[in-house]
Amino acid sequence: MSVDVRERRGEGAEAARSRGALIGQSPRRLEDARLLTGRGLFVDDVQRPDMLHAAVVRSPHAHARIQGIDVSAALALPGVVAVYTAADLGHLNGPFSVLIPHDDLQHGRGLSALAVEKVRHVGEAVALVVASDRYIAEDAADMVAVEYEPLPAAVGLEAAVAPDAPLVHDGVPSNVAGHYVRNVGDYEAVRRQAHLILKERFRVDRGAASPMETRGVVAIPEGRGLTMYVSTQAPVALRAWLAAWFDLPEMELRLIAPDVGGGFGPKVMMMYPEEVLVPFAAMRLKRPVKWIEDRREHFVATTHEREQVHDVEVVVGADGTLLGLKTNFLYDSGAYSPYGIQIPIISATTLPGPYRLRNYSVEFRAVYTNTPTVAVYRGAGRPHGVFVMERMMDRIAEALGLAPMEVRRRNFIQPDQFPWDTGLIYQDWAPCKYDSGDYPALADRLERMLVGVADEVAQARAAGRLVGVGMGFYVEGAGPGPYEGVRVRVEPSGKVQVATGVGTQGQSHFTTLAQVVAGELGVALDQVHVVTGDTAAMGWGIGTFASRAAVLVGNAAYLAAQAVAEKARTVAAALLECTPSEVELRGGRAWVGGPAGAGEPAGAGGSAPAGARETVRSLPLGEVARRANPLRGTLAFGEPGLEATKFFSPQQSTFPSGAHAAVVEVDRGTGFAKVLRYFVVHDCGTMINPMVVEGQIHGGVAQGLGGALLEKLVFDEEGQLLTTTFADYLLPLATDIPAIETDHITTTSPLNPLGIKGAGEAGVIPCHAVVAAALEDALREWQVRISEMPINPCRIWELMQR
Amino acid sequence: MKVTVAVNGTYYTREVEPRLLLSDFLRHELGLTGTHVGCEHGVCGACTVLVDGQAVRSCLTFAVQMDGAAVTTVEGLTPAEGELHPLQEAFREAHGLQCGFCTAGFLMTLVPYLAEHPNPSEAEIREALSGNICRCTGYQNIVKAVQLAAAKGGGR
Repeated sequence: MSVDVRERRGEGAEAARSRGALIGQSPRRLEDARLLTGRGLFVDDVQRPDMLHAAVVRSPHAHARIQGIDVSAALALPGVVAVYTAADLGHLNGPFSVLIPHDDLQHGRGLSALAVEKVRHVGEAVALVVASDRYIAEDAADMVAVEYEPLPAAVGLEAAVAPDAPLVHDGVPSNVAGHYVRNVGDYEAVRRQAHLILKERFRVDRGAASPMETRGVVAIPEGRGLTMYVSTQAPVALRAWLAAWFDLPEMELRLIAPDVGGGFGPKVMMMYPEEVLVPFAAMRLKRPVKWIEDRREHFVATTHEREQVHDVEVVVGADGTLLGLKTNFLYDSGAYSPYGIQIPIISATTLPGPYRLRNYSVEFRAVYTNTPTVAVYRGAGRPHGVFVMERMMDRIAEALGLAPMEVRRRNFIQPDQFPWDTGLIYQDWAPCKYDSGDYPALADRLERMLVGVADEVAQARAAGRLVGVGMGFYVEGAGPGPYEGVRVRVEPSGKVQVATGVGTQGQSHFTTLAQVVAGELGVALDQVHVVTGDTAAMGWGIGTFASRAAVLVGNAAYLAAQAVAEKARTVAAALLECTPSEVELRGGRAWVGGPAGAGEPAGAGGSAPAGARETVRSLPLGEVARRANPLRGTLAFGEPGLEATKFFSPQQSTFPSGAHAAVVEVDRGTGFAKVLRYFVVHDCGTMINPMVVEGQIHGGVAQGLGGALLEKLVFDEEGQLLTTTFADYLLPLATDIPAIETDHITTTSPLNPLGIKGAGEAGVIPCHAVVAAALEDALREWQVRISEMPINPCRIWELMQR
Repeated sequence: MKVTVAVNGTYYTREVEPRLLLSDFLRHELGLTGTHVGCEHGVCGACTVLVDGQAVRSCLTFAVQMDGAAVTTVEGLTPAEGELHPLQEAFREAHGLQCGFCTAGFLMTLVPYLAEHPNPSEAEIREALSGNICRCTGYQNIVKAVQLAAAKGGGR
């Protein structure tokens, strides 16, 4: 991997370089020893001696009226403590508010804890059983007798908007939750001057994020209140909402997102029914209650994503210039709309990509169907926009006889055109205005990686193998506000505590945030202890999603550490009888009078650098902290101790970018597609830890390739989900994913002090487009059109029969 | 039913229900929560433990079947507090884990594999890992970790 720091607008990287010597390095992770030895704490690891266990009774129907619920048999089972239905919860049952309202969401509908009158998807929660152990709870859940009157179900996007479709919600005509229309420039005018007009319909189907840890909720009555452990990506926001919902003082509801076994979006969702049901039961029964979702439940009770159908038209000049694009699409919201129309807005605003698109017309309808609720999954609408645009780039290339890369190059936004305003409003309600980037440089790097690949492919094809190459570019909005905060405190021992409200699900925050803080305070990395996702440690925050933690928390940590360093210098200056600017923080001590760049002391308790003058004096940082927090006298340095809390709130999102390419081979006999090579060029601005960024890319690409070739949630016409095991819903294995070859460029973001743009979702975003192009190339003798994703071997084989 | 089983070198005798899964027995009866449960239907491999030295899915095994057996969980890999097994060290070195939920299953699959295959090729490593699902890493750094461990002596 090589890193090329090229600064476009670059005050950000300067800060990163000059200050934190640790930023940009790849130390081993601080969290690993714990996780590798089985000493992590995941929700299901939380045990209490008197703990009760909950199981949820779920609807077997996609759409049905509830005629009655008989819990008597379940209650009679020895070991069963309680069975709750909606009536028991009263006003606490909901419906919950729509999390993100929007003017174009005309008919938002929130979930309820338990279904009332009607169920609207398979797996919807109907009752909660609480028992002495999980086995008995599940037995009892089977004994809850629910009488249903099945109703016709609205399944499939086009079917759900058909005139005679069953209605998911009374009072929502045509099942349309929201309708959005935006125009940039004048598409119709440019269409009249077109050299070439191309049309196509594209479809992306449903998938599931499938973190290896399912969801779980534990609620423990303690003291006056409640402690909850939840496998959530948004612990602080969830606590605020739950405290208000249950009318508890926030101090009486401590919520901890402990180690979380993967998130990828669905664990952001608020409020899942179980997040209300479990604390309700715990408070009612005055005992700890645990609910752990099983994998079969997870397929129907945790949110899905990705179903959209686009009708696209592009207007092209004779030289391949993209003059305009119009898309009209349907977005499947599932049975409810807790996220409103965030995802299709992201699709609409991601679609323009790295291209100078000045005439853009976009319209969508968000549609209710009798299927599990849709919310964000890594990429969250971005893959759809990229799929549509990149496929059309390939179509333009084909129609004009140009190389795919050449068409893209002719349309790129140029490096001197930033900030580039797309003319749209992004999902964060701020302008969708690209902060920085260098798309021709991405193309150069990708071409460099692909040297020799054309020959490899030609040789394979000459040998009769079906091998093809595809590429795709993207720009993604990342790191949206409103804010995150970090508190940094130096303890008398010299240890540094860093607390943030976001949760962590494998993103390495224990290490990357420590890198940011250690560099500012001049302490060893392993002296920095990061606390994430505990409302008792940090009560402000939003959550880990949208590639935002490094951007927001990273910068907040930087600002807080700077403030602590400044105070440390002030206090140390008074103690060492010098000015603050003469104090240097390094090696866990505050130094004065040392020769510039003198050797590091041996350790935190080390003596003065060898060869230093007699005037060199120092104090351990912990001692400085202790002196700022005296037991007698007065506070001489403002607030006690060495502590600062800082928030970072960006004006708008950042815009990372990248280019991917794949070499794919199709088996002539079975249609099985294997990705032979995969290339990534990536620009996420400043990288705090390149090893971690690479890991994020690898994982994202693997999910993207799974989403392109393997992973599809299949419903029958009655809304039954047919893929509810990992034997039916296929996740990629080590044998399915090639070694991913990566390269980076760095255009820093001018929007935050460290110049970070965010990297969590990047890997997944263009995979659909890349694989589709490579498959078409591999199957060129059949002249197939790949306009749907995912595409499995059966479907590929079908296409090969024509 | 009564079951006596050696787990990480310690004998335990417990009265358990016949339907109690080994995974639940380890986690909830013995408090060894390092073994994780990802799918409870034998596909994901997160719950893999060693039974008499062989990798076994503890979610597809009843605790009562373990009577007289020797079980090793991830907690049993570490020689002493603060030390890592060479394979664990290689996972840390190669960034072979992100969220850490599937990791114990990978380790317990690999320990007997590397004992029998001290010098596997990349393709062989991928084949050996294909019964374990990781959703975070894309497997690349896990493969690298195995190569690293093998280079340093088969991870034993």
